[in-house]
Amino acid sequence: MSGAVLDPTTSPAFPMAAKAAMGDTQLRKNVRHATEVIQAKRARVVDEMPDWQQLREAGKQIRQHTMENLDFYLEEFERNCTRSGGVVHWARDAAEARQIVTALVKASGSDEVIKIKSMTTEEIHLNDALEAAGIRAYETDLAELIIQLGRDQPSHIVVPALHKNRQQIREIFQREMNLPELGEKPEDLADAARRFLREKFLRVKTGVSGANFLIAETGGVCIVESEGNGRMCLTLPETLITIAGIDKVLPRYQDLEVVLQLLPRSATGERMNPYNSIWTGVRAGDGPQTFHVVLMDNARTEILADEEGRQTLNCIRCGACQNACPVYRQTGGHAYGSVYAGPIGAILTPQLQEMHHAQSLPYASSLCGACYEVCPVKINIPEVLIHLRNKVVKQNGLNAESLAMKTMGMIFRSEARFRAAQRLGRMAEAPLVRKDGQGEGWIGWLPGILGGWTQVRDLQAMPKETFREWWESRGKNGN
Amino acid sequence: MRVSLFITCYNDTLFPETGKAVVRVLERLGHTVEFPAGQTCCGQMHWNTGYQAEALPLVARFVEQFKGAEAVVVPSSSCVAMIRDHYPKMAASLKDEKLIAEVEALVPRVFEFSEFLTKRLELEDVGAYYPHRVTYHASCHGLRNLGLGDGPQRLLKAVRGIDLVEIEGLEQCCGFGGTFAVKNAEVSSAMLAEKTTAVLNTGAEACTACDNSCLMHIQGGLHRQRTGVKTVHLAEILAGEEGAR
Ligand code: SF4
Repeated sequence: MSGAVLDPTTSPAFPMAAKAAMGDTQLRKNVRHATEVIQAKRARVVDEMPDWQQLREAGKQIRQHTMENLDFYLEEFERNCTRSGGVVHWARDAAEARQIVTALVKASGSDEVIKIKSMTTEEIHLNDALEAAGIRAYETDLAELIIQLGRDQPSHIVVPALHKNRQQIREIFQREMNLPELGEKPEDLADAARRFLREKFLRVKTGVSGANFLIAETGGVCIVESEGNGRMCLTLPETLITIAGIDKVLPRYQDLEVVLQLLPRSATGERMNPYNSIWTGVRAGDGPQTFHVVLMDNARTEILADEEGRQTLNCIRCGACQNACPVYRQTGGHAYGSVYAGPIGAILTPQLQEMHHAQSLPYASSLCGACYEVCPVKINIPEVLIHLRNKVVKQNGLNAESLAMKTMGMIFRSEARFRAAQRLGRMAEAPLVRKDGQGEGWIGWLPGILGGWTQVRDLQAMPKETFREWWESRGKNGN
Repeated sequence: MRVSLFITCYNDTLFPETGKAVVRVLERLGHTVEFPAGQTCCGQMHWNTGYQAEALPLVARFVEQFKGAEAVVVPSSSCVAMIRDHYPKMAASLKDEKLIAEVEALVPRVFEFSEFLTKRLELEDVGAYYPHRVTYHASCHGLRNLGLGDGPQRLLKAVRGIDLVEIEGLEQCCGFGGTFAVKNAEVSSAMLAEKTTAVLNTGAEACTACDNSCLMHIQGGLHRQRTGVKTVHLAEILAGEEGAR
């Protein structure tokens, strides 16, 4: 997948992409190792919080309340941001957002930008748009830098290079930074990145950032990160352009108290992020002198209008659901065909893409519920998956699967039909049953789409008698 | 107590031994057991795959069969999760006031089998004997939707003769997920492979759980690998009696 842009409108369906990803044993090893380490850390720092469940509930309440009054809080944010010297722009969709940002960069007089990690800019493929306009973008988040230099794509919303191990990162740095002698200790790699980036921090005059949260009450923007590179991007440039989905808003400054506890513990298993930056407008002689915020809709109001899908917007992008998901852990992130991978991707991507890709992503889950269990704002992801599956079924109309499902549904609505089907099942399976060494009947091959089952599993033959038949004969014999 | 059994379409058709075992345990404990003959399916497969229109009529059917029950016992945690988590909102979506009220009254009386024993009857020792080495798999719906906790393990620990060994990755999904096993066969297989390896590493003769759906999946993998390790529903272990085997 390396190199190919993760674009949900063109990427292959999940089962196919998953199959390809699962052939990459190194990738699977890296993903497994990384998710296990983060999960163990998360569990440790969550367990030490006696009020974790209350915090989750508080997080959910804050996010739910925000979504129910989103128009109000967005306007409040705009007012307060403008008052403190920021300029707010509204973008209906990805194309408009790209246009606005590109024009703002050009107006800043620079043909280069330094960027701090932002999944929103990945969502709209901003770097490609900038490049097409003759603007070079430098990623400064370490993981994003690895992805950019490796001409790769992010595979995790918090740890975008999670699928790469240290050796692979070293190779990328050796090649791209022209450092053939580079060692492989974490310090060596961090040092190389630091030197590579420092020059850009000091030279490039325009910064592009994402946002973790927008604070309506103050018009402030908050970014949390662990390397400090973000802080450089937010303070050194003369012009700062922040782009955020409209779902990122929080009502009050005080709400940070809740989310800044939930986020780092859920995301990386840290008690607190090393760098929490909040900036509000501009200040003469200190930091960027021009500050823009692009508020992007890109299908979010449509999600908001869907009562059952709405909770998707409560997401604070911690990635805990990805680490906990057994499907993600087998395939890694690229199989999801979008920058939003794992359980949150499986519900967010189809909704952001007008249900493109909904044929496969909402089905990329065993509904085990591990994602819901860890989500710090209690998004019931399995419930949304089922809701989206229902939308897909309704869109699809009649096909082989729906016919079979409708028939089964009809059977279950009548006891007589159910009994007849049980008898029929025994007759239908008879030609497929083979005796095993113990003289028991097993099926090792099934036709059509059911063949997926018998790739690696056998199926025991149906018993001679159903429970209800036994129950009835027992009643008759009086024992 | 008068206990009504919901044996589920799956157990009725494919795993009748589980239903028989439930009857044996409950009768041994002195309860009267009933089996409403009109029962069919809770609608889980349809609901979870996105076929809401097919699942909705099954709510009224279930209520009709069980509304008079003192307690409904179900040997399947995923079917109980379906009823508990989804029936109230399904009834609400049908806007049928009578059904809404009936569902609300009935759902608190529906129990998964091990849950009925440990939480409703507050029992751990049900007088079972099962002289085998066994490992327990925590099915996702029992673990997360029903919050069974260590109830099933406490029941197992009280079984005489049993050698209970803990499985690595107890809370990991086995990869079944209903139609997921077919629609995403590759990923499901990889998850299954981890689970069967974990089962084999315990050295157990049998793997047990509160759900025949997970067990069918695990058993399918174990049988394909010719391991000789069996799967057996928790109820069948609890039904074991000295001298009977
Ligand atoms: S859905 Fe929940 S767990 Fe997943 S990234 Fe969003 S906030 Fe985190």
